[in-house]
Amino acid sequence: MKIGVRLSAAAVFVVVTAAAQIPRTPDGHPDFQGLWTNATLTPVERPPRLAGNANLVDFFHLELRDGEGEQDHGSALASINGVERSSLVVDPPDGKIPLRAARVPEHSRFDSVRDRPLSERCLMGFGAPAGPPMLPVLDNSNYQIVQTPDYVMIMVEMVHDVRIVRMNGMHPPQNVRQWMGDSIGHWEGDTLIVDTTNFTSKTRFRGASQDMHVIERFTRGTGEDAGAFLYKATIDDPATFSKPWTMEYPFLATAGPIFEYACHEGNYALADILGGARKEDAGTGKR
Amino acid sequence: MPGANCDKLAKVREHLIIFEAQGLGEIDQMQIRFQRSTIGVVAALGLALGAGVSPAAAQGTAYKPPRTSDGKPNMNGIWQALNFANWDLQDHASGPSVETDCGALCAEPGGPGVVEGGEIPYLPAAKAKKEENKKNHMALDPEVRCYLPGVPRANYMPYPFQIFQSDKAFAIAYQYDGAFRNIYLKDPGPAPADSWMGQSYGKWEGDTFVVDVTGLDERTWFDRAGDYHSDELHVVERYTLTGPDTMNYEATITDPKVYSRPWKISMPLYKHVEKNARLMEFKCVEFVEELMYGQYRKK
Repeated sequence: MKIGVRLSAAAVFVVVTAAAQIPRTPDGHPDFQGLWTNATLTPVERPPRLAGNANLVDFFHLELRDGEGEQDHGSALASINGVERSSLVVDPPDGKIPLRAARVPEHSRFDSVRDRPLSERCLMGFGAPAGPPMLPVLDNSNYQIVQTPDYVMIMVEMVHDVRIVRMNGMHPPQNVRQWMGDSIGHWEGDTLIVDTTNFTSKTRFRGASQDMHVIERFTRGTGEDAGAFLYKATIDDPATFSKPWTMEYPFLATAGPIFEYACHEGNYALADILGGARKEDAGTGKR
Repeated sequence: MPGANCDKLAKVREHLIIFEAQGLGEIDQMQIRFQRSTIGVVAALGLALGAGVSPAAAQGTAYKPPRTSDGKPNMNGIWQALNFANWDLQDHASGPSVETDCGALCAEPGGPGVVEGGEIPYLPAAKAKKEENKKNHMALDPEVRCYLPGVPRANYMPYPFQIFQSDKAFAIAYQYDGAFRNIYLKDPGPAPADSWMGQSYGKWEGDTFVVDVTGLDERTWFDRAGDYHSDELHVVERYTLTGPDTMNYEATITDPKVYSRPWKISMPLYKHVEKNARLMEFKCVEFVEELMYGQYRKK
């Protein structure tokens, strides 16, 4: 049986005793450099049929055993502290994103290119692989991290999005808004904390507004979990969510290479999708 | 969107349609190919480099750059070319734009060339194609559509780029289109497929970082003047720090299908020293959607 990762409580949280085992950069901080994947079979939210059950149930085990080999979207469930998770959302405990109102589907209109989902337009990867928060998606859930004393750079395979975390930096004025927001970082002991604000109103993460505030925590595993780090992200946006909520899942070391995801350069679908809609309007479309 | 801009977009789209119909703007083939033999290219390049003089020697500088923890010259920083190479690699005077409704904004600034020896050594047929490209650059230049810029163009576009150098990695993030290059520090072998930014393998020759770039997609250009290459393009870059905030950048370009011999560009790069310097997003896909897909808007 394939096992995605097992991060034990001792390995992840008792960093004092394990400090010597964590790979470190020359300036003494935990070293997160390398290629990583957060691919997993665990869904973001707990499926309704598993309500009230935070742990893995037989249904997933069956699916897993029936699967043939590696799959793009992962071959194992997220496993933390020896418990295989049935949702990435860990707070609230019901595994549900505390949305104030139901999300408006973004795929239903075809009037202009701006009606189409960001992924179809090659603006962002589908399902928020870059985020932040950085969610596992259907495929290509791969990342490269390079660390220098002043920066942590995270390259996301999907749409070759590069996140640049400025260590001990300050956010720019509120009028400066970017698709992936503005990320600044600092260390709390051996945990890297990344704080992101200044999103655009077009970013569309799970229906969130431009006022979304994301705090990510990166903590390296040790011992048998040395090939992983624990990723925890807390999302706050009072206009959209009734309270802050948190996801937790591992990133596993993976082999390269990461290929170039040149999405826009080969985007023939968008013209066909919109062109098809216009032919339908004119009654010239073929069914 | 103001009417004038819409007219302009309509005009450019018209160009695009004409040229695609003529097969001159072929962009619709997925070009995942296996690496071609590079024996001839490597041989030619060896000649070119052998004839060259190392920049440090040429300048007679004894600049001792700051070092990273593993003793390599520290190239971390946000860099930018301050020249007019993206308009035209060769010497050129100022001139108007094809588009007139954006006034001085779209005019071409004149500038000295960055090609050693002055001229790009095109083969005769290739020279004709370059001229044709230049005449129709608004329709054909991949930059107009926000396509990935390729190498070396990414390094002298009028946008900054950031080097992330550690003892384990050397990566370059570009503001333009969020382009990215990971420079392999161990030989990755032949590129498994062509890509817009190519495959880069870097090693240190003294204090110069030498990057071998292969597997480059043939659809990129070198500038807005139509300077182009084929799928046999091979680029060797040399990065050498020359002062606390400057470095010299060279690229030797080999492509036997298009040029009669290898040729070289050379320019300084400048480090951003502003306290609040940072690489911003420039996701230009959004800015070209009206140009590329505006004709599909519901009337």
